[in-house]
Formats: sequence, C-alpha cells, structure tokens
Amino acid sequence: MYNIPGSGSSPQPAPVAEGASVEAVRKARTVAEVMVQSQAGDVLDELDRELVGLAPVKARIRDIAALLVIDRLRMNQGLQAQTPSLHMSFTGNPGTGKTTVALRMAQILHRLGYIRKGHLVAVTRDDLVGQYVGHTAPKTREVLKKAMGGVLFIDEAYYLYRPDNERDYGQEAIEILLQVMENNRDDLVVILAGYGDRMETFFQSNPGMRSRIAHHLEFPDFTEGELLRIAGMMLEQQNYRFGPGAREVFQEYLAHRVRQPQFANARSVRNALDRARLRQASRLFANPDQELTVDDLSTIESPDIRASRVFELGAAAAPKN
Amino acid sequence: MMTNPTGRLTQGQFSFLPDLTDAEIALQIEYGLKQEYAWAVEYTDDPHPRNTYWEMFGMPMFDLNDAAGVMLELKSCRDTFPQHYIRMLAFDSTRGVETIAMSFIVNRPAVEPGFSLVRQETNGRTIRYTIRGHEADRAEGERYRK
Repeated sequence: MYNIPGSGSSPQPAPVAEGASVEAVRKARTVAEVMVQSQAGDVLDELDRELVGLAPVKARIRDIAALLVIDRLRMNQGLQAQTPSLHMSFTGNPGTGKTTVALRMAQILHRLGYIRKGHLVAVTRDDLVGQYVGHTAPKTREVLKKAMGGVLFIDEAYYLYRPDNERDYGQEAIEILLQVMENNRDDLVVILAGYGDRMETFFQSNPGMRSRIAHHLEFPDFTEGELLRIAGMMLEQQNYRFGPGAREVFQEYLAHRVRQPQFANARSVRNALDRARLRQASRLFANPDQELTVDDLSTIESPDIRASRVFELGAAAAPKN
Repeated sequence: MMTNPTGRLTQGQFSFLPDLTDAEIALQIEYGLKQEYAWAVEYTDDPHPRNTYWEMFGMPMFDLNDAAGVMLELKSCRDTFPQHYIRMLAFDSTRGVETIAMSFIVNRPAVEPGFSLVRQETNGRTIRYTIRGHEADRAEGERYRK
C-alpha cells in the first residue's frame, strides 16, 4: 500500500568518512583504501603518539583495527562479516592509564565503526547497585540505557560481587549486565577495570562474566624512562618546560619515588609536577617587582623539584639497601 | 468510515501508514535524539480523542545518546501491555518551546472496534453529539481482550 523509502533494510548505514562517497566505500579492495576511508590510520597514529608505553594495549588495538579493515574488505566482496565480541577487561596498578585508554577505546571503536555513538559512561559499583530490594534493576537499566551506542566503563568491577554480605544486591546487577552483554553485543561495549588479583577472584566466582569478556588486557607499570616522557608531555600540555638540569633532577626524583610506598605511576607524576608548579609559583611570588617574561613563567627550574621531601626520604632509606 | 478505510486509530504521526517496523521506529528515535528531544513511552486502553494524557511508562529519557536504549524501554512496555495502545512521545525542552514535538503510536490491540456516534437530545429537540469507544463499556484493564 505505502512504500516508505529506506524501510526493510538494515537500520544503521556504515559510517562514512567526510569526503568519501558511498560508492567509494563499497568498492575498496585494498587495505590502504579502507584505511583512508575509515580514518583508522589517523587514530592509530594518535594512539602511538599520545600514549606512552602500554605495548600490549597498543598491539591489541592494532589487531582490532586490522580486523575491522579486513571485515570491510570481506563485506565488499560479499562475504559474511560478523561483529566480534568487544567486551574487555583492563587489569593493572593505579595510575597505569586504564581510564584514559578506555576513553580512547570509545573514540577508536567509534571511528573504526564498531560502535555507533562513541561516548563513554564511567561507573562504579554505587551507580549500578541499589540500597534496597527492587532498587538495583532500574538503576542498572538506567545506566545501561545511557551507555547504549557507546562504551560502559566499570571501575573496580570486583566490588560488584560481595559474597560475605547476603543483603548485597551486586549479584542482581551482574546478572543484568551479563544478559545485556550477550544480547546487545552490537549496541554496547563493556570494559571492566581493576587490580589484577582481585579481578581474577571476581572472574573465578563469575565464570559467565569471564566467558563474555573477549579481551583481557594487562596494564604494566611504567618504566622510569616512560614516566619521564609522560612528565614531559604533561608539562608541554600545560605550556611548561623543564629548565636546564631540571629534567635530570626529576629523573633522580623518580628513582627515589618509585621505591617509596603508594606509588601510583602517572598519577604520582602528575601530583609531583603540580607540586613543582606550586614551588615555582612561590619562587616567582617572592619578587613582586620583577617583570616576568613568558620564559620565566613557563620554566620549572631544578630547585623547584629538588625541594621535595622525597629526596630526604630516599636518602634516609638508602643505607638500608 | 469513508475517511478511515482501515478503521484504525488515527492519532499522532504516521497513523495512516502501515505499522512502523522496529527499524523504522529506531530511525525516528535517532532523528529525535539528534534534535535533542527526550523520548517517553505512554500507554492506554482508553483511546478517546479527548484523552490527552495517557499512562506514563517510566520517566522521559533525557540524556540518552542512542536509539537502542529507548527501544529497550519500548520492548519492556510491549511485554507488559501487549494489548494496549502504546505511543512514543518526543519532548522538546528548549526554552520557550517545552512541548511535545513528535508523537506516534507503536503498538495497537489486535482488534480495534473503533467509535460510534452518540446523540443526546436536550431541551427543544436540540441534539448534542459526542463519540464513544466501543470498548468503553468494559472496565479499565478488561478492554481489548483477544
């Protein structure tokens, strides 16, 4: 009776890069053509530049990008190309970049065309689990609805399951998650994150969860060289730079700091740089009549770093080694 | 009726077209989300034209990004009320507008008996007219049983 244009076909057309016509996307036959059309190459280059270290993560992302490219070529040739399961688990110490990479992953998967919208919803246990009977299901469903079309990032996922407290509703949240992770694979990517050993216990008590997670990624601690590079990048982003000799002093600072307790990798580096900025500000503040040039304002000198207590603690600890 | 050959309820958008498929509903939802409308699901078993406010099935879904989330809610409503009229509303919350921008029926009962004209004779043989749904004789919750 009525013919609605566009009805009856698949709901979402494949995302096309600006400037490329639909015809060009259909006829790609080489990897290079698909890379140009989907801008996947730019994404991978950005990843290499802006994330320091994290070799296993980058390798896995490259594999996923390659799979996407080959899938596109297969579809062009008329072969079946089923979306792979993309749920992931990130394990590692604090400050190793899990949340940062999850945010990147949302952008990358969106540009590669695996997820439709590319936004990230970051939650912890409290956003999913309710306080009384009947509270959990609507709460979890609300979060899942908001995350549809993007990535749901669950930090400290092992807190969802508390076997010792029988009035805990974490199990209900886990069950709803499992159901949605299986049935709405095309709509949603779930990324769990936490410390390695606790995630291991969590997976052991929830075998259904482990089987739905296709990619388990380990985030290794950064080496001192990588931490130094991260420090340099952080300063550059904030329009600062190391003065003469300051970089070596910071290297020495790192050598002491990693041995001290509660070291949180990149986060500790950021805190240290913030404190150095404080000391630089105090140093400049002491001369109210000095005209400050751009150089003065954006250089972190070695005394700004040397004033840290970490050096004294490190020297005190040294005789024990 | 000559103006409504299929005898289906013609309230809201697309009501003279055949039922929208799920894919088409998702496309409409995507359009609404792009316009930053908030989608809501409502149901009723009393489809009289003057019944403006149907029962709400959950709150309007502000800050959703994707059609799949709204479709989950719609599926839940269909499972709960398979024989009710269900419609989707898009609320435009820009200042100064704050009204429903889109509204279309997505679920109908299997049989729609429709309405009939009721004549009431008042003083001096003056006739007042109204319409009444055929299912209105039954109690709420017992209408549109298969």
